[in-house]
Amino acid sequence: MTPPAPLHTERRTLLTLFSEAAVEPLLVRDMDRLGIGGYTISDARGKGSRGVRDAAWDEARNIRVEVICARAQAETLLAHLQARYFANYAMVATLSEVEVLRPGKF
Amino acid sequence: MDPVILFFLFGLTAGLLRSELKLPGALYDSLTIFLLLAIGLKGGQGLATQPLAPLVPQIGAVIALGCVQTLIAFAVLRWLFRFDRPNAAATSAHYGSVSVATFAVAAAWFAARAIPVEPQMAVILAVMEVPAILVGIVLARGVDKDTDWKALGHEAFLGKGVTLLLGGMAIGWAAGPKGLEPISGLYFDLFKGILALFLLEMGLIVSRQVGELRRRGLSLIAFGIGMPLVSAGLGLATGWLLGLSVGGTAMLATLAASASYIAVPAAMRIAVPQANPAVSLAGSLGVTFPFNIVAGIPLYHWMASRLAGATP
Repeated sequence: MTPPAPLHTERRTLLTLFSEAAVEPLLVRDMDRLGIGGYTISDARGKGSRGVRDAAWDEARNIRVEVICARAQAETLLAHLQARYFANYAMVATLSEVEVLRPGKF
Repeated sequence: MDPVILFFLFGLTAGLLRSELKLPGALYDSLTIFLLLAIGLKGGQGLATQPLAPLVPQIGAVIALGCVQTLIAFAVLRWLFRFDRPNAAATSAHYGSVSVATFAVAAAWFAARAIPVEPQMAVILAVMEVPAILVGIVLARGVDKDTDWKALGHEAFLGKGVTLLLGGMAIGWAAGPKGLEPISGLYFDLFKGILALFLLEMGLIVSRQVGELRRRGLSLIAFGIGMPLVSAGLGLATGWLLGLSVGGTAMLATLAASASYIAVPAAMRIAVPQANPAVSLAGSLGVTFPFNIVAGIPLYHWMASRLAGATP
């Protein structure tokens, strides 16, 4: 049996953000405008400085958005989020480094 | 007491006792969709049997009613209750708009007592959702160039509530009472049972508003009960001027008294982000909704009957 080919990974940045579901349409528009090629949005629930968000109905829903892209693009998006949303919306966003295969996708 | 109200009180009690009871979020969505469609179908089938021209002045009158209610609520919140501008605007938009759940409870209440109500009340329900949202946004930030009216119009006119109501109405109107017979078992006969389940969920949701109500003290409770009474008076006057039946006038008063919790919170969250949604919802859901379904509907009907009796 031949050994598996070595993995060639490259570094990209993962932006993870948690926010209220009400802003999803705005975020999607912003990401499209900033040229983000792909993202994943999932329903979420939890607790933070704005209380328990248990997703029982419309106003208590949260979302989690994940974007993998180049560092510069992630920083542009993060700066935009800070300027546009942090003051008035429940939002937490983090950057982390990840290793990806097929770097052309990101 | 009506069993649907008992379901609501059951949910409220379970929530206040911090019971483990929790209905899935998807069920809340599904029940909302069902109620909106059923109300639309019922209204549409009624409209199929009558001319549509008399609707035009009625629609104009309820648009004006929604705008006036929003302006009154804004003035009261701003100068009597000392709310800041964004919160006064967002909360007044909730009170100028309407609540589908309250309408559904009223429809069941009237049906149980065989009180006839004009079928176009479903149209009026859909129409009254919208004007308060637009007035609220203008009150919050004036008419500035940056306002994305296209996006807001899309949100206001094509939100879940208005889309389902108008869609259901169009289907009911096109199919007529005869055409709807095969599906009436689900949408009409089961209406009250499904409404009861929905109100159980509403009870749980309302119980979560208690924390915010405690923080706000009596002022929000006073507004949450006082404002629907003022609005109901305006609704009664409008219904009487439009020559509606006693049931129709009482239903219009109920609609005027009700405060939105579907369309308006979502639109205000985007259009007026400085407003704290917990405040508006504590008022509209925590105080006004329970007040209307338990005490308001019978009261408004009694007032409409007196009004009709006074003017033979």
